[in-house]
Amino acid sequence: MAETAETTAGDAPGSLLTPEIRQWIGRSGEPLRLEVTRRDIVKYAIATQQRLDKYRRGDEAPPMFLFNAHQDLVDIEDLRPDGLTDDPLLPELPLRRVMAGGIKNTYHRPIRPGDHLVLTRTITDIYEKRGSTGPLIFVVYGVRVETEDGDLVMEETRRRIFR
Amino acid sequence: MPSLSTVTVGTQLEERTHEASMVSLFLYNAVIWNPHRIHFDTEYTTQVEKHPAIVVDGPLQGDWLAQAVTAWLGDDGELLEIEYSNRRAAYLGDRVRAGGEVVEIDQEAGTVTLELYIKNAEDTVIAPGRAVVRLRH
Repeated sequence: MAETAETTAGDAPGSLLTPEIRQWIGRSGEPLRLEVTRRDIVKYAIATQQRLDKYRRGDEAPPMFLFNAHQDLVDIEDLRPDGLTDDPLLPELPLRRVMAGGIKNTYHRPIRPGDHLVLTRTITDIYEKRGSTGPLIFVVYGVRVETEDGDLVMEETRRRIFR
Repeated sequence: MPSLSTVTVGTQLEERTHEASMVSLFLYNAVIWNPHRIHFDTEYTTQVEKHPAIVVDGPLQGDWLAQAVTAWLGDDGELLEIEYSNRRAAYLGDRVRAGGEVVEIDQEAGTVTLELYIKNAEDTVIAPGRAVVRLRH
């Protein structure tokens, strides 16, 4: 995966991003294997109020169906006070509040019930910006979704913002 | 349904209004397995994270953008690429609109680029996006 860690803010005096944190850029998690079921697609379609029959019947997954599919599953007593889970792919960051930043997805073929998929997540960038309310840390993940035979299904780039 | 011969630059996608409810947010966060309290715990959301109200998930707005595209395509086209940024938050009770328009047509590749938006009641774009689709001739 391409590295885009070229921001200079991380080297500025007073930077929140220590060399230890920046070392995590480029690391990948263990591949996650999952099987897509019609029922899971239908649940997603209902929750998001999809209109097309192919999604409502679960014949095909809506484009954002795999969002957060790689989420680490931990016991309730291990959730943080804000409800979130510490990301095993990230070092401890000096900012703790999390916001969604945005997504870019590229699709190579539809996802259907019965698909056995392999998701591999990589930290592609960690950079810092000054927001109107103070410093922000942006963490960028790439998620590569393949079949078990290694055929590319989709790629996701996701930004999370820590404030 | 749109085809390469019928779309022009400026062709509008049908706008759809979305208003997340406590139930829709609950189901969405259950289905994506997201226990972040800002989506269901009012006291925590306003007292601790200092939001004015329960927060509508950024990726749910991303899904609404994708739906603006897939509803337009129907079963005839193919979504190749979509991206968006969450610029401003939306809160429980906000009515927002998802829509977009054709900004580029590549006849040779058979692809069309769309600019997308989620707008709030003040007509401010809170989540701009972009998609590339393949259409039939």
